[in-house]
Amino acid sequence: MQYKILSKDSLAGFVEALSKEYTVYAPKRDKKVPNKMVWKVLEADETPTFEFVNTEMSPKDFVFPQSECMMRFKAEGKEAMVLKPVEMDTERRVLLNVRPCDAKGLSFMDMIFCQDEQTNDVYWRDKRERTVMIGLACNNPCPSCFCLEANCGPHHEAGLDILMVDLGVNLLVKPLTERGKSIAASLPDAEAGEPERAAIIKRHAEDAMKKTFSTERVEQRSLMELYNLPYWERVCETCINCGTCTFVCPTCHCFDIQDEMPANGDTGRRVRNWDYCMAPLFTLHTSGHNPRGKKVARVRQRFMHKYKYIPMKRGGEVGCVGCGRCVRLCPVNIDIRDVINAMNAPDATAEGREV
Amino acid sequence: MMPARTEAIRAAARRLLEAGRVDAVIGYTQGTIPLRAQPFIAYTPEECDKLIWSSFCGGNLASIASGRTDRVAVVAQGCVSRNLNGLVHEKRIKRENLYIIGVPCLGMLDQRKVEAKLMGRNIETLKSDPEEDLGGIVITGCNSTRECFVEFIKRRDVKRDNCYTCMHRNPVGADEVVAEPVSETAGGDIDAVAAPWARFDADRRWDEFTKNFEDCIRCHACRDVCPLCYCTTCFVDESNPQWCGKTQDPADVQTFHILRAFHCAGRCTDCGACETACPQGIKMRRLTSMLEKDVRAKWGHEPGMDCDTKPPLSTYRPDDPEDHFK
Repeated sequence: MQYKILSKDSLAGFVEALSKEYTVYAPKRDKKVPNKMVWKVLEADETPTFEFVNTEMSPKDFVFPQSECMMRFKAEGKEAMVLKPVEMDTERRVLLNVRPCDAKGLSFMDMIFCQDEQTNDVYWRDKRERTVMIGLACNNPCPSCFCLEANCGPHHEAGLDILMVDLGVNLLVKPLTERGKSIAASLPDAEAGEPERAAIIKRHAEDAMKKTFSTERVEQRSLMELYNLPYWERVCETCINCGTCTFVCPTCHCFDIQDEMPANGDTGRRVRNWDYCMAPLFTLHTSGHNPRGKKVARVRQRFMHKYKYIPMKRGGEVGCVGCGRCVRLCPVNIDIRDVINAMNAPDATAEGREV
Repeated sequence: MMPARTEAIRAAARRLLEAGRVDAVIGYTQGTIPLRAQPFIAYTPEECDKLIWSSFCGGNLASIASGRTDRVAVVAQGCVSRNLNGLVHEKRIKRENLYIIGVPCLGMLDQRKVEAKLMGRNIETLKSDPEEDLGGIVITGCNSTRECFVEFIKRRDVKRDNCYTCMHRNPVGADEVVAEPVSETAGGDIDAVAAPWARFDADRRWDEFTKNFEDCIRCHACRDVCPLCYCTTCFVDESNPQWCGKTQDPADVQTFHILRAFHCAGRCTDCGACETACPQGIKMRRLTSMLEKDVRAKWGHEPGMDCDTKPPLSTYRPDDPEDHFK
């Protein structure tokens, strides 16, 4: 793989060239809330910032929008209730400076949305194919980051077309796919020594991350042993059952599909919205029965799903990339690392009260 | 040295559990990352050693006490004690099952404001968190090449918005208090928060409201952290009939916030938990401040000052002067 070099001074030209074919999005500082990073279109005269940890929201909604109209239908007449697909959005876009954890998140969700011929979500796949991912390696992981433990890393490459490493004045550009190669083709080749500098930066970043949890016993333990831990009662008692952890998560992907009919009987729409396992309505059956009727069952679901059910189904892959958003943004500071440690602890049963 | 409030809270909690006066003490423990405190329930005297008090106890523990049927003590600053009174009045908890460990409050800090002062640098430790109102906190951190920093930030520069205009910093109706009373108000003008709304015409109000809530992701953390929101099924979750759409369309987002605010009008203690909980940093108080100002102006009511007074908007009198009630 041929490394390229891009000086930050010539970034404007690079973005301008991209803008001819793509809408370029990058993390920008929010105007309303201090220190909040949001994904926004990079305007012609703007250069992206490199001084940030990560965006508040993961970029998953570029591919899996929080609300997405899938089909429309007429309520009355000859064609009543005939579902017609909506015209797909055609924007081709570049996500510039996407963090490796978020890119891994999207490649993880490829496994969910596009499993095989039968499970091949056109809404996901279409937008994913139209989205170029140019990553920015993480040189200063923050204390809530744990990507290394989640089979990811600050310089991870999965899901990216290009990985860039900030060397100070320059960015080292590593094309990873054919699309990435063609985008980087016009850039000058990196000089000898520059990839080595990037490797040292990577090592520093990894060394700076403290190992915060282990999963050996979670893997060995049976599903039912983990399911029945009294510890769940302890985690759930301060959880407020909001959806924050799932909404900010780059790998949470549950949704709800609803048909909406306007009051005037005009055209209706079939829309899919993010849903979340913490909500009582999420598993409510039409019969009135709710298999996860208690809060403790809902809280357990989130952690078991990410660290037990998904690894069992997906060859050991966990449903988490360690971005730390749920740690930082949980209103009551429930820390997934503590929960996994408790699932892994030999005396985990002693931690909780009897349910 | 252990902060005085922390020490006194632990002592009170331990005494109550040892004496069998309560079954559990609802308080805070150290958060897992700097600038956070974690709600924590102590069931044994030993667990009381985990309780803390810091400048980041910005949730509202009354919501955790709400609906419990065992005997609980709750660590409560002024606003939270008023919510507990409200919950007793609304029969969410029995007064005889409740013990309020009151904390005279010097105002909580807003982690976003602290983070903004450090612009992109990683915060590793909160080294000092003094209890003086005009003191400061000391933050340290390093990057991956061990370039480190130490920053002193004045508490008064990074307080949560609602703590600048607090009207009741001392707990109301506490069974005991763990520190000397502090000055009753924080000195800010509570009416000033709503003042701009009174000046705006209807179009401008709608415009400002729309902008304020445009980033809402409908995680409902504001609702779930609020002790006033305890309906078994919230109107936004009701599916038969469905009152409110599930989408991100402005109409659905706005319906949620307007209806929630009106459900809380005249009951809100301006505790600020909704703003602290919001992952998007939305200023919820821009909506609630006007409603609460109207309640103060029209009925002279301040929510939660005792367990008996009915919130004005849930009161009906046959001699109500409004014609549409007759």
